Amino acid sequence: MGVLEHKFQDNIVVAKLDQLMSWARSTSPWYFQFGLACCAIEMMATAASRHDLERIGMMPRSSPRQADVMIVAGTVTMKMSLRVKRLYEQMADPKYVIAMGSCATSGGPYWQYGYHVLKGVDLIVPVDVYVPGCPPRPEALIEGLIKLQEKIRHDRPLTKQQA
Amino acid sequence: MINPRIIEFIRSRWPEAVPEVETGTTGDAPGEAYVPLRPNDWNEIARQLRDDPALKLDSLQCITGVDLGPEANLEIRYNLHSMEHRHHGEIRIEVPKETPELPSVAAVWDIADWFEREVYDMYGIRFSGHPNLMRILLPDDWEGWPLRKDYEEPETYHGIVVPKVKTGWE
Repeated sequence: MGVLEHKFQDNIVVAKLDQLMSWARSTSPWYFQFGLACCAIEMMATAASRHDLERIGMMPRSSPRQADVMIVAGTVTMKMSLRVKRLYEQMADPKYVIAMGSCATSGGPYWQYGYHVLKGVDLIVPVDVYVPGCPPRPEALIEGLIKLQEKIRHDRPLTKQQA
Repeated sequence: MINPRIIEFIRSRWPEAVPEVETGTTGDAPGEAYVPLRPNDWNEIARQLRDDPALKLDSLQCITGVDLGPEANLEIRYNLHSMEHRHHGEIRIEVPKETPELPSVAAVWDIADWFEREVYDMYGIRFSGHPNLMRILLPDDWEGWPLRKDYEEPETYHGIVVPKVKTGWE
């Protein structure tokens, strides 16, 4: 940190507030606990003791108000899509979305003949990370979550973005 | 186990209800007997199928809707089973596609309530006398009957576009 380095005693870290905020956000993105289909089983397995999401700072929250990340785990039907959109709107900023599995990414096996399935959750909410698979293994989901954490770490919430 | 008594029972009481030629067994499921009916007296027939001591078809296991094709009728199939006698049979009733209406048997077998709602949801068959005939799976504002052969996917649902280009997928 340039001129300020080694000027203070130990245990004092000097950083830009911008970087500090995105570092704090990236290391505790609490996710919204809701699942729609078989992908939710893999998400639960990811959260359970063997894969243990809490070791990368993620814990499930039962309310959208307390969550930072929405993992859309499963088939989004047309009936559910309006609810998913509303849940997303209920989350507080900053908020992120992971499309987990084929169904949430593109409609999956319902792409061609599923009259009742939304063809990709990106038609209703902005998606940050897509995790392919049907369903993805917990390792794949963790990869996606770490990708999301990298993305959050590069956010600069206080810096004015160039238009 | 086939129970020819079901056919005989209906024939003896409602000779006009059973069309002549179509009684028989389904091909690949030996032991199944089906009875085609006309819809008129269905509610009364159902009640007697359930209560008659020789039949006692007290368990309605499934109601299925079938679209028989572009020029043909809709069909409803009832799979009945007797817990006491361990026999079963299938009742088939055809209704015209323009006016698909049929007496409800929700008062005879309680489970028919939700079964009939599902058939209504997918095929638009109206069950007259049903206590609460509304869609069970699809949203209430859905248009059309999705399992009919002539169903076409909507362009949008609440402003959400349904992509129609399906090439380049596989």
